[in-house]
Amino acid sequence: MENQMKRGLLDVCVLAAIKSEDSYGYQIVKDMSPFVEISESTLYPILRRLENQQLLTVRTAEHNGRLRKYYHITASGLERLKAFEEEWKELKQIYEFVTREEKHE
Amino acid sequence: MNKAEFTQQLTNSLAGLSQYDINRSVDYYTEMIDDRVEDGMTEEDAVAALGSIDEIRSKILEEVPITKIVKEKMTPKRSFGAGEIVLLVLGAPLWIPLLLAGIVVILAIYISFWSIIFSLYVADLSVFISGLAGLIIAAIKPGGPFGALFYAGCGIALIGVAILLFFGFNQVTKGLLYISKMIILGIKKLFVGGGKNET
Repeated sequence: MENQMKRGLLDVCVLAAIKSEDSYGYQIVKDMSPFVEISESTLYPILRRLENQQLLTVRTAEHNGRLRKYYHITASGLERLKAFEEEWKELKQIYEFVTREEKHE
Repeated sequence: MNKAEFTQQLTNSLAGLSQYDINRSVDYYTEMIDDRVEDGMTEEDAVAALGSIDEIRSKILEEVPITKIVKEKMTPKRSFGAGEIVLLVLGAPLWIPLLLAGIVVILAIYISFWSIIFSLYVADLSVFISGLAGLIIAAIKPGGPFGALFYAGCGIALIGVAILLFFGFNQVTKGLLYISKMIILGIKKLFVGGGKNET
């Protein structure tokens, strides 16, 4: 897949992974891995980027005697997901058109 | 490699970044190791699963702007003494041109890559326009039936070449952009962790 496109998609996937409840790095990777291939080192810059864009916030909480960072989606993060869904509807129609044309032949 | 060794090596490889950036990265990767261990992995396996230090360093540097890296490197970690200030002022004729040269080199890399890309498409456009010209000449000043055929043939052929070149150049552009990205990453690596690193 085009690199730039994949990069944008991964951002959205990470937001989706923390959409319903706050999550932490390892859990995000585990949740995503059945659908999208992502490694911890790929996730790191994405989390930083999303935080800089204020699409998510980070809080530190104690877990088993150590600290763990939890990521929380912001209102703008949710908006971004909504915008993605809208764009995708359009893309889906294009996809259906393209595949239907193929079946005709 | 166990967790302590990994943390040490990662910290060394990031030397040159701000303390804040280093701590955040190290914390993140330590958390990953702890979570994997909690999930039932051994510490060694957990470290190995993260990939090589160099790979991790590249990923971290991706999101740190080059200006921030250079600024961090340039900003003194303590205040200057009187002697150092005198040296800085006296040395200004030396270090200011060197600093400017560095900035210009980076700028030159960007400009030269974009000029190559620009010139490719200009060349392509000129081939395309020549093709159009061939067709126009065929229409308005044919010089006999064979002349018209000749001009029209050349025109169509040139347009075809221009279209083919366009797709070829798109690929070349992609490659060039990738190379320039790698060069910038290479420059960032020169500033961080002293350039070379044991992995």
